[in-house]
Amino acid sequence: MIGTPGGSLLVLAIALPLGATLIAFVLGGQAAARIARASLWLWLALAVAIAAMLIARGEPLTYLLGGFTPPLGIALAADGLASAMLLASAIVLVATGLFGSVAYPAPSWEKGGRAAFAYWCLLPALAASLAVAFLARDLFSLFVALEMLTFTALALACLDGRPSQFKAELRYLLFALLGSVLYLLGCALLYGAYGTLDIGLLAGNTRADAPTRLAGALMTVGLLAKMAVFPLHLWLPPAHAGAPPAGSALLSGLVVKGAFVLLVRLWFWVLPGPPVAGAELLAALGAAAILVGSIVALRQEKLKALIAYSTVAQIGYLFLMFPLLMAGDPDAATRAWMGGMVQAVSHALAKAAMFLAAGLIVQSMGEDRVAGLGGAARAAPLAVLAIGIGGLSLMGVPPSGGFTAKWMLLRASVDTGQWWWSLVILAGGLLTGGYVYRLIAAALAPAAPGVAPRPVPRVQEGAVLVLVLALLSMLLGLLPLSMLGLAQIGQPVIAP
Amino acid sequence: MNAIAPFALAAAGLIGLGLYGMLAQSSVLRKVIAFNLLGIGVFLVFGVVARRGAAAGLPADPVPQAMVITGLVVAFAATALALVLTLRLHQSTGAVTLAEDPEASTPPSKHGASAE
Repeated sequence: MIGTPGGSLLVLAIALPLGATLIAFVLGGQAAARIARASLWLWLALAVAIAAMLIARGEPLTYLLGGFTPPLGIALAADGLASAMLLASAIVLVATGLFGSVAYPAPSWEKGGRAAFAYWCLLPALAASLAVAFLARDLFSLFVALEMLTFTALALACLDGRPSQFKAELRYLLFALLGSVLYLLGCALLYGAYGTLDIGLLAGNTRADAPTRLAGALMTVGLLAKMAVFPLHLWLPPAHAGAPPAGSALLSGLVVKGAFVLLVRLWFWVLPGPPVAGAELLAALGAAAILVGSIVALRQEKLKALIAYSTVAQIGYLFLMFPLLMAGDPDAATRAWMGGMVQAVSHALAKAAMFLAAGLIVQSMGEDRVAGLGGAARAAPLAVLAIGIGGLSLMGVPPSGGFTAKWMLLRASVDTGQWWWSLVILAGGLLTGGYVYRLIAAALAPAAPGVAPRPVPRVQEGAVLVLVLALLSMLLGLLPLSMLGLAQIGQPVIAP
Repeated sequence: MNAIAPFALAAAGLIGLGLYGMLAQSSVLRKVIAFNLLGIGVFLVFGVVARRGAAAGLPADPVPQAMVITGLVVAFAATALALVLTLRLHQSTGAVTLAEDPEASTPPSKHGASAE
């Protein structure tokens, strides 16, 4: 037995984009762009197929590489969490790929051609790293996935090669490296204690002793540094805001979610009856991130820095799920789980749309200060609309995906009697409304005298694409519950 | 004190040194070197784990050793990437630290100017 039916799809989801990266690298030029785009479309098809198989079967798909069973072999598995994140990543990557056809059209070896060549090689590489991060079922493969994610994300962020960018990205790299070394140290301790790093074998077999607790603490801190959770968030805004639009969208929308999936796997599969006090600490950090991130976003002068601080705040919501899952109420736990998953997916779509739209606006206004956005609604109406719709989803206005997520977290917090988290959710929504209003009001203001928007070639195509992405985030809230049930397949059962 | 304790202690020492260096040093190059010390410490932990978990008749458990090899490749790639970025940073701005204030990055260029 090498796996469940459909298990080979999991291998393809990793091998296809990885192969495309290599072929694109060898062929270069126009072929690289074509191969990258084609592989991303195929990857989206694979993600849809995996989700369909999962819904049809109702239990996780697995595959054992080479037919070797763990602990010697390596297992791949797709549960609801993996499948939902895979789908969201595929949609965002296809969209950024299409957007890139506008931004990095013809990779020739002339001026700017190098950035285009790197862009088309790195897009499928990012897809492959995300696939490994979502599908791998042992802690060491996940370490490799984390590093692949960091390297590809870093290269995407430095694509323009602007000197101002190197400092921010170097700080990002050092934070990420420290995070992954701490994670690896945790792996070493766990292997020393249990002789395996396979999540399936560790699940339910770990003891609440000192080495396990220490390993858990090291790995959690490492992953928090990678996710830029308050108070380790300082590297994120300059790194994400300084990247080119396509890079920012991928970094903010997808790359931080890779580390989030790892954290969830660590806490709810590996650690023995995760400590409730620890979960409350995580949620408190998340709450601080929501409040601090949103307030700082309100005060930002620059458009992309504002959106980047909003990422810090929105990541905070993901952590509210942890104590709610452990309260011992199965209904509330399911709601909290769904809330966390929908938040991760809807934020990925909305934030990618907002960063791409911001890129279009900055390009056509030639200006990235919020105060200088007057007239943007006339110059790039669809992009402003996309920022508005993405913003509504972040605020949690019905019927958006953000509303579903925040509503489920809110219900779970009230049901479990942890009402203080609901105050944070509501305050976060209001503050988000504040900074989204600031953006929209600035964009709708009349243009300052003497400011003439620059015509941007093919801005319309890019804007339509961005708008579709924002609308998808909005429509996520209208999906029938059976579709949302996808995220519940393989949901961990946490003993109180 | 058994045979592997010195190695475990050395690993702990390297990890402590590396962690301190990454957090306390301001020069980027020193931070990168500290990251490598930290990494080597972690690999040594894997080595200790491999020795301790050896099956009867074998000198060591091979699985952690395989992980160390993968980890070395990753650390090598990370170091190369960090050094390239550091080099580009220095070439374009003359800075050798990540300090935000412009004063911190001017001394090297001043030195360069006075040397000419």
